[in-house]
Amino acid sequence: MMMNFVYLFATVGLIQGLKFMGDPARAKVGNMLAAASVVLALVAVVVATGWAGSTNLILLIVLLAVGTLIGRTWSNRVAMTAMPQLVSIFNALGGACAVVLGLNEVYGTGTVVESKLLGSVLILTNLFGGAAFTGSMVAYLKLDGRKLPRPAQIHKVLARTLLVVLLVGLVYYIAMPVDPSIYPALLLGISVAALAYGVFLTLPIGGADMPVLISLLNALTGVATLMAGLLFHDPVMIIGGILVGATGILLTLQMCSAMNRSLAGVLAGKIVSGKSTASEADQDIRSISAVETASLLAFSKQVAVVPGYGMAVSQAQRECFALQEMLKESGVDLHFIIHPVAGRMPGHMNVLLAEANIPYESVLEMSEVNNTMEHYDTVLVIGANDVVNPAAENDADSPIYGMPIIRAYKAKQVIVMKRSMAKGYSGVVNTLFDRQNCKVLFGDAKESLSAIITELKRI
Amino acid sequence: MDLSYTITPIDGVFVLALSLLLGFEVIKNIPAVLHTPLMSGSNAISGIILFGGIVQLLNTPMENGWTIAAASLAVVLGCINLAGGFFVTHRMLSMFSVKRKPAKGRNA
Repeated sequence: MMMNFVYLFATVGLIQGLKFMGDPARAKVGNMLAAASVVLALVAVVVATGWAGSTNLILLIVLLAVGTLIGRTWSNRVAMTAMPQLVSIFNALGGACAVVLGLNEVYGTGTVVESKLLGSVLILTNLFGGAAFTGSMVAYLKLDGRKLPRPAQIHKVLARTLLVVLLVGLVYYIAMPVDPSIYPALLLGISVAALAYGVFLTLPIGGADMPVLISLLNALTGVATLMAGLLFHDPVMIIGGILVGATGILLTLQMCSAMNRSLAGVLAGKIVSGKSTASEADQDIRSISAVETASLLAFSKQVAVVPGYGMAVSQAQRECFALQEMLKESGVDLHFIIHPVAGRMPGHMNVLLAEANIPYESVLEMSEVNNTMEHYDTVLVIGANDVVNPAAENDADSPIYGMPIIRAYKAKQVIVMKRSMAKGYSGVVNTLFDRQNCKVLFGDAKESLSAIITELKRI
Repeated sequence: MDLSYTITPIDGVFVLALSLLLGFEVIKNIPAVLHTPLMSGSNAISGIILFGGIVQLLNTPMENGWTIAAASLAVVLGCINLAGGFFVTHRMLSMFSVKRKPAKGRNA
């Protein structure tokens, strides 16, 4: 009876904690509340389960200490720029945990699965957990810039085939009389197929579609937790799993709508090149030097920075802060305008800017300023491409047509910092460069910004 | 063994249906600035899958070496996910709050 109340407290705490995490002022409290609730529930699980021997309990405490220590070390060590990688690794571990649990339940503890409900739940635990595990591992390798096979049609074919195999396996189990003695083999087969599915699901997806993928993988682990909760009859796991699943699905859909693409479209892989006629050769690029940029900024009243993944790669966030401070001294206002899918994970740019001490108030969302972009005297685009491409608004043939963009082209002057003339992730020509008010500042974003700051100091 | 808190599969389905509605309700309309912390925070919560490992570990006699080993692996994997997720979310959110105060001061 006692335990029921402890469980109730933990569940309410978890829900309330997650709710607080959606409010900037209370997010930190929310996180601590959620963590405390989980610890409370953990103690309740241990007490309610009891233990076969005191060695089991000691072993558990040691393992929990080791896990906490490793988790803490990793989370302290990693740079904020590597946050998408860390989130992927953690997610992968959760998925791996589900697979080990599921297999151990049948092969280890010797549970004989006779009920179809129990059997299906166990299959689903391993299906979602397996796909989340390998999917997150591949996502990690991609984010970390490791060498992986190039996206190919065969990956998509394999992913679809495996998905069919998994569904057929599940339906077969539910519909057909399956002898409990062959259940372990079925579960193992499905686990292996799910692990392979995760790999081929993730391989063809990359670049700007990463935020969608990462939220989706997060949702998969949530569903795996939910399934494990049904397996172990544990309400905290069920509710926790659902909350995670719902968060992941909501974020996934939000990211998709920010790109005006369907989830199926994103999962199908890279955008197929459209029949857009514009080509690189037709473009007449006007370049600008760092010195000219500095004087342009000095004579502006309102300046905006549109950051993209290129800023994260070049680690230029601290220079952005320095530039903001510099300009503030001479009475120039600098805002940051963030596209919902900028970077490789939802909210990626916000975290980087926060790390560089850039005040929360000067970081704006696309929707807040998109109708008043002409008020900006100068817009600096740092390592972003597709999210400022006017073709999304006016070229119906463009593959990115319909994607909401930041209307940087409406500003009096746009300066795009670029390493080279490479196209954005979508491979679409950026018609922004054709505009009279657009100039390109070639070079590494960090070095260019430093040069601008040095010049501003001289002025 | 006191298992009074456990629920039947049908209870589970009820909890499932209700908390699904609740889940969407709790986290809709999140500002973009909190997307990453929310994701890593919810990522941490999914680490409670380790409870399953705890149940397996505590119920298995130590003689069943392989079962204990597998359950131990599950506990460590889940625990890294759980603890690491909460710690890194805390670190991220601290960054947000630290620089918000001076910003307000300057505006005043």
